Amino acid sequence: MPDAPGLELIRGEIERDHPGSVLATSFDRGQAALIVDPTQVLAVLGWLRDEPGQRYRFLSSLHVADYLPAEPRFGVHYELLNRDRVERLRVKAMLGDPAASGPGQEPAGEHLGSFSAPAPGHSQSDLPEIDSCVELFATAEAQEREAFDFFGVVFRGHPDLTRILLPEDYVGWPQRRDFPVGGEPVTFTYNEHNYG
Amino acid sequence: MAELMEDRATEVMTVNIGPHHPATHGVLRLVVELEGEVVKDLKPVIGYVHTGIEKSCEDKSYWKVIPFVERMDYVSYFFQMEAYCGAVERLIGLEIPPRAKYLRTIFLELNRIHSHLVWLGTTALDLGAISMLWYCFRERDRILDLFEMAAGQRMHTRYFQVGGVIEDIPLGFEQKLRSFVADMPVRVGQYQALLDRNEVFLSRTKGVGIVSRERLLELGVTGPLLRAAGEPWDLRKAFDYLAYPEMDFKIPVGTVGDNYDRYRVRVAEMVESTKIIEQSLDLLPEGPFIADDRKYVLPPRSELSTSMESLIHHFKLVTEGFRVDPGEVYYSIESPRGELGCFVLADGSSKPSRVHFRDPSFVNLQAFREMAVGSYIADMIASLGMLDPILGGVDR
Repeated sequence: MPDAPGLELIRGEIERDHPGSVLATSFDRGQAALIVDPTQVLAVLGWLRDEPGQRYRFLSSLHVADYLPAEPRFGVHYELLNRDRVERLRVKAMLGDPAASGPGQEPAGEHLGSFSAPAPGHSQSDLPEIDSCVELFATAEAQEREAFDFFGVVFRGHPDLTRILLPEDYVGWPQRRDFPVGGEPVTFTYNEHNYG
Repeated sequence: MAELMEDRATEVMTVNIGPHHPATHGVLRLVVELEGEVVKDLKPVIGYVHTGIEKSCEDKSYWKVIPFVERMDYVSYFFQMEAYCGAVERLIGLEIPPRAKYLRTIFLELNRIHSHLVWLGTTALDLGAISMLWYCFRERDRILDLFEMAAGQRMHTRYFQVGGVIEDIPLGFEQKLRSFVADMPVRVGQYQALLDRNEVFLSRTKGVGIVSRERLLELGVTGPLLRAAGEPWDLRKAFDYLAYPEMDFKIPVGTVGDNYDRYRVRVAEMVESTKIIEQSLDLLPEGPFIADDRKYVLPPRSELSTSMESLIHHFKLVTEGFRVDPGEVYYSIESPRGELGCFVLADGSSKPSRVHFRDPSFVNLQAFREMAVGSYIADMIASLGMLDPILGGVDR
């Protein structure tokens, strides 16, 4: 991990090359994180990967967390690793929820019966979007698909952004915090009527 | 007629393998394009054992999450526990006592041997070496006996707790473990005697499934697969966790990165693991096996009938669980399959707001296409075995 002053140095250097790209830094529990502007995330990741003094060439993990009720609510996390210096650095891009202020939005998870079912392949305009980093880190391919699958975060430019773990006709983004636990219909119901 | 023959020679056939197929080491479906017997393209389709464990974890208090995460990668359950417990300990800033560190190291390395034994048995079975399965599972059973002796369960032991381990090792455990550790290198030598100069095994593994080191790194592959390609990257050496900084062990690496190297690296790792266990036993410090912070750790059973305060703590911990201040931590360890990372997001309540596992099998599986394309379909099955994915971990 870079320490807290080291993190500020990195921030300063990125700001020199990409002004306005780093919104904030956080150094918490010994882990350093850059909170970046989602529109410039590729510039920051590319800089961290290729800048001779940095060389964070290994993307350990890409995952999304839902910070509901905070706004912007989705955090896309990139856990970068410099294997020579054995340092980890987290890059975090916060995305708002475009559907939050959209018309006709009913609060999900009120009760299970009211699951609004947008048609499969419905317009993705009400989903949060960010650029895909597959070009920079090939390992992100499956992990971005997973993030899309569970949070509905669209990675622009991803070669094959489809559901990966859930069935392709699944409706909803189940790892969002406002998606209720349980209520999945059981597929094997051929003798359901016998048991009510 | 000539045209027809040509068509037949270049005909591409799409074959579906799985999801239920013994050689897929779990519920993995492969859509394979074949030209004759040669794999032209393939696509792994996963998700058949997705059980929503990460989502379920958000609905459980911190200490109740442990048995859930154990069931992700069901062959290396101690590693899941360590990744999760370690992440929570870093979130709350809880230092675990030295004895717990050593005990955890012992059980992690036992689990590594266990996991590699399952891998060796099943993969050798794929290559036709049926007797290997029985020999490997014989030793695996001794490890499971040790787990049962210490934790009461053979699999999914729930032995690691936030703050340490649930119980100290019982009397006689050390003796039994020492006898196992003394036997294991001999057994590994016997496996090597059976396989290393086995004509069929060699011709099936040498030069098969090569992916370059650079490409593996791009694809995020870690663990024995990466080390077999010559990259000495091991989180046990790189990062400081548990008792590994005090241990003297080597990182086996390969040269070519073919299936034979993958086999050699894993087999050598088993021997290194026995060295770590032996050193941990020699250095095992006396003292408590779990931290003494009553806000996070259950009080000893004996205090419950005499101390009201302990009873209250016990009640609070069992009913609501402990609360964790808002924050997020990513903690990664070296599992038998590579970098196992656990991300935990705390929102101040007694339940984690997000638990994410960076499962090594899930990431490593991306390299499978490049390992298998251009090889025979039979070698594809061998490469899959050498990749060693655990689909419970892939799908979570």
